[in-house]
Amino acid sequence: MMTFLKSREAMLGAAILLLLFLIASRFPAFVAPANLVRVFTDTSPLLILALGQTVVILTRCIDLSVAANLALTGMVCAMLNAAMPGLPVAAILLLAVALGAFMGALNGLLVWKLAIPSIVVTLGTMTIFRGIIFLISDGAWVNAHEMSASFTGFPRSTVLGLPVLAWFGLLVAVLVAVMIARTPLGRAFYAVGGNPHAAIYTGIDVGKTQFWAFTLSGALAGLTGYLWVARYAVAYVDIAGGFELEVVAACVIGGISIAGGAGTILGTILGALFLGIVKNALPVVDISPFWQMAISGTAIIVAVTLNVRNARAKGRIILRSAQAEGATA
Amino acid sequence: MSDLSTDPSVRQIPDRLQSRSARLLQSWELLLLIVAIAIFIANSFASPYFLNAWNLSDATFNFTEKAMIAFAMALLIVSGEIDLSVASIIALASTAMGAAATAGFGTPALVLVGLVTGLLCGAFNGTLVTRLGLPSIVVTIGTMSLFRGISYIVLGDGAYRSYPADFTYFGQGYVFWVISFEFVLFVLFALVYYVLLHRTNFGRAIFAIGNNPTAAQFSGIRVGRVKFTLFLLTGLMSGVAAICLTSRLGSTRPSIGFGWELEVVTMVVLGGISILGGSGSIPGVVIAAFVMGLVTFGLGLLNVPGIVMSIFIGCMLIGVIALPRLWKMWRS
Amino acid sequence: MQMSVESRQFGAPAAGDEPILALSGITKTFPGVKALSDVSLDLYPGQVTALIGENGAGKSTIVKTLTGIYQPDAGEIRVSGEPVHFATAQDAAAAGITAIHQETVLFDELTVAENIFIGHAPRSRFGLIDWARMRQQARDILTRIDADLEPDMLLRDLGIASKHLVAIARALSAEARVVVMDEPTAALSHKEIEELYDLVERLKSEGRAILFISHKFDEIFRIADRYTVFRDGTHVGSGLMSEVNEADLVRMMVGRDVDQIFPQRQKSPGDEVLQVVGYSHPTEFADIGFTLRRGEILGFYGLVGAGRSEVMQSLVGITRPSKGVVKIDGTIKVIRSPADAVSNGIVYVPEDRGKQGAVIGLPIYQNVTLPSLSQTSRNGFLRLAEEFDLARHYTQRLDLRAAALDQDVGNLSGGNQQKVVIAKWLATKPKVIILDEPTKGIDIGSKAAVHAFMAELAAEGLSVIMVSSEIPEIMGMSDRVIVMREGLIAAELEGDALTPETLVRHAAGIGEKQP
Repeated sequence: MMTFLKSREAMLGAAILLLLFLIASRFPAFVAPANLVRVFTDTSPLLILALGQTVVILTRCIDLSVAANLALTGMVCAMLNAAMPGLPVAAILLLAVALGAFMGALNGLLVWKLAIPSIVVTLGTMTIFRGIIFLISDGAWVNAHEMSASFTGFPRSTVLGLPVLAWFGLLVAVLVAVMIARTPLGRAFYAVGGNPHAAIYTGIDVGKTQFWAFTLSGALAGLTGYLWVARYAVAYVDIAGGFELEVVAACVIGGISIAGGAGTILGTILGALFLGIVKNALPVVDISPFWQMAISGTAIIVAVTLNVRNARAKGRIILRSAQAEGATA
Repeated sequence: MSDLSTDPSVRQIPDRLQSRSARLLQSWELLLLIVAIAIFIANSFASPYFLNAWNLSDATFNFTEKAMIAFAMALLIVSGEIDLSVASIIALASTAMGAAATAGFGTPALVLVGLVTGLLCGAFNGTLVTRLGLPSIVVTIGTMSLFRGISYIVLGDGAYRSYPADFTYFGQGYVFWVISFEFVLFVLFALVYYVLLHRTNFGRAIFAIGNNPTAAQFSGIRVGRVKFTLFLLTGLMSGVAAICLTSRLGSTRPSIGFGWELEVVTMVVLGGISILGGSGSIPGVVIAAFVMGLVTFGLGLLNVPGIVMSIFIGCMLIGVIALPRLWKMWRS
Repeated sequence: MQMSVESRQFGAPAAGDEPILALSGITKTFPGVKALSDVSLDLYPGQVTALIGENGAGKSTIVKTLTGIYQPDAGEIRVSGEPVHFATAQDAAAAGITAIHQETVLFDELTVAENIFIGHAPRSRFGLIDWARMRQQARDILTRIDADLEPDMLLRDLGIASKHLVAIARALSAEARVVVMDEPTAALSHKEIEELYDLVERLKSEGRAILFISHKFDEIFRIADRYTVFRDGTHVGSGLMSEVNEADLVRMMVGRDVDQIFPQRQKSPGDEVLQVVGYSHPTEFADIGFTLRRGEILGFYGLVGAGRSEVMQSLVGITRPSKGVVKIDGTIKVIRSPADAVSNGIVYVPEDRGKQGAVIGLPIYQNVTLPSLSQTSRNGFLRLAEEFDLARHYTQRLDLRAAALDQDVGNLSGGNQQKVVIAKWLATKPKVIILDEPTKGIDIGSKAAVHAFMAELAAEGLSVIMVSSEIPEIMGMSDRVIVMREGLIAAELEGDALTPETLVRHAAGIGEKQP
């Protein structure tokens, strides 16, 4: 319990509560349940992508192609819906996840089989995916009137008082958390990132584990692709442009170590929520939305500074006089 | 008596395993050069407008500004660090210049403002990375938002346009016939960075740090100082690029140079610099700059839109690393 | 003589059970290197088999083969008589073979329980990891080996000895029938080694087969029942420990009689070169004071973790002392960085050759000239011809074996890498050279060469500080020895007072009042 209170998750949680408290003291409406639901719903796409990215970063990789994956999947879903309005949403959802997973698997294969650094692979696929959107759409937009009502309505429809989009955010968070904590693959993500050398010795295939991380990240990006396009009821080449860096930012703020193998799902959730609250609070507290970028930049720098400070602290203690007795015998 | 076999008692170690020309034949740079020439020839067949001095001169603007940053970025990546904030430094430096120009400062002062802003941004990145020991990829993702974020705070959806007339020379001036000022600057910086990386103690230190920072430190290299200097240089070159780009466009918006950081990194990696640090060369980056410029220009002449060219660049980025490895797997 | 040794491999194994694990005809080739050629290895239940060989003899390759990390090109592996094929490390683990590797290969960010069970964690009905059962089983195993550790502790909070216990617990958790211990005592203190021996005895009594790899003959003779010797990737001999002596084993290892005598030296130290007074650090060491004379070899002995390397790294400016003074040739010098140390003539050859010594990825000549670039350059610009001259001079003096000076140091053997690192420091023309475990992990042949070279340097007037944990090396090479314990100087020994027994007593603090 004490260790939890001192953890970065607790610190971040406290920071979020403080932030909410400060906003509420001037604008109580912001913390009204309905508005909090709205904020959470708005943050869900970021949350889903950040959860996928977390798994990738845990394995010492990075996936810069998530936003492009999202945009391409979104475009395919939108065009499909425009062409075949009768296609049920369930089929589109399935297709979105499959297509996203396929693109993620492509990244994963290049990292696994050819051992190309992930930053290079995903930098490349990021531009390729965006280019493909242009090729298939001819640069044209798919607008709201071309989409069917069920297609755009699905993420916004409410179940038990929560929009479906928010339900997806919660569902993915729970699934990823269980997968990370309770499955051998989930633990392998930590093992591969924490000590790849040792992972081999315990029979874990480093490349294959990274492959699954990319596939998962891709699948979640694909899912978000449909949700995004349906929610905003528009698809074009540049949707979610630069969003990949915001996703990485959520992970970093959540305490996921870019060096791999360290960080928690709770941290990522809090990191995404922090960014979501800031973004939604700015117009409320009457600060120009143009401030958002600088604020999230500052938050990244502060977060990574605190994380490194926490991780360091330790040196070798040899002198008896300097030894705090106990701890380890 | 130079025959080694005559005297077995003294073990002679030859200096080089292969002659320099033999190594050149196997080099990445040569392969890249062949690609560049192939693209050049293909382009000249594909479009009658390609082999025109003024058109070719125009084409150089596709890469000169990015390449200037890429030179400094190459050194930084060889040392094992990266700076993703370069495009945001352009935005901030351009905004600072715009503000100064609006306040009535003349061209020399604007240049100074651009360079100093770049240096300050570089110093900020460098301090966070070398003093606090933070990972550069995270720091510069943060400062990437921060620097451009400040531009957005200052400008919002507005723009600075009132630049003095003589300021246009940097991005639009020609030194001689079709040779633009930017191209001259590009060649000059290519030489400077070539010498710096391959012909000086400082360059050697960069390679040592990129391969093994601990051993480099133990060998008396001031690792922190070298890396800090490299962040300063990268900031400075972003400032130079900001001057050229702002001068060429004649206006400043917060979105100026958006996404360039990835194009610059692509150029560096395409040039054969290992993203993991420790190896690569400036000639490689120079050729990569031409390759990217030629591809963009050639496809542009064929009316292929820029976004589609990015597919080509993306494939090249992965292909150049993947193909040799696939080839190796195929043979074994 | 040679004949009798070689003939042993044909002798029938001593009476006993059938081997649990039998490898025969194993061959493994890497690009350009034949790592193993037609070797065999048998492991018997309830017995410790020592695997002996110089570095590069193929010991780690055979370990990786029998744990499923490498697949042999030819040969057969039998478990309890049945032929098997290990495609992955998991296959080998499933067959009951586990290894405690040289470096503790564990995960800092995971808990003790997870480290014990990763790869074979108990599962609940839905196939999910059953944390409660995993904790309980981890606790049981830890109790069995008397390890005072909680299953929920994070590994990164543990010391090196505790991590070792976790590695052992891991080996036990898999119900291993075969336990491989690859230099298990290399990083342990005296007391921890004793505990490890107890554990090995217990594993034996439980009927497990143990493969014990070690360079230390005293421990091999103490705990092993059988031996197998490899040389240059071939099997040279195996048999019962009771039938051989140390000289036999050494002869099998190196294929010749090795002169174990250290180089004869004239002991005539000159003026004081280095004087250290009251050197202290907040957590690592305190009140270190000593002098060093010209042409002297000063040994630093102590247990691993006694603070010797820390003192040396502080002397060359890698870490900063909190107080204390260094005098070189009688004048006080402030050393804030390795660069300062080099310019003041003190250089340090670190223990961790791969991480701190050689710059793998750079060619040999660039490694050699790295700290001396100011000598071989003009105004900061490189001069390659002068670099090659300098590198050639020093590498040839050290009898480096390399194809060319522009070859990557990463392609050299450990002993040759060490020669490059020493050449690098000699090229700076130092007054004092500090060698931290200079012969650790290099073969006996290179070891003798390094010792001879050290004696030569001292004879030329260079002052040498040698940090070593090997008593024969300390006794054989040093003019004077400083013993460190827990960050303090425990004794300074010279002449008749310098005996293996006094060294061990002072290093371990035996027979002294505990502070």
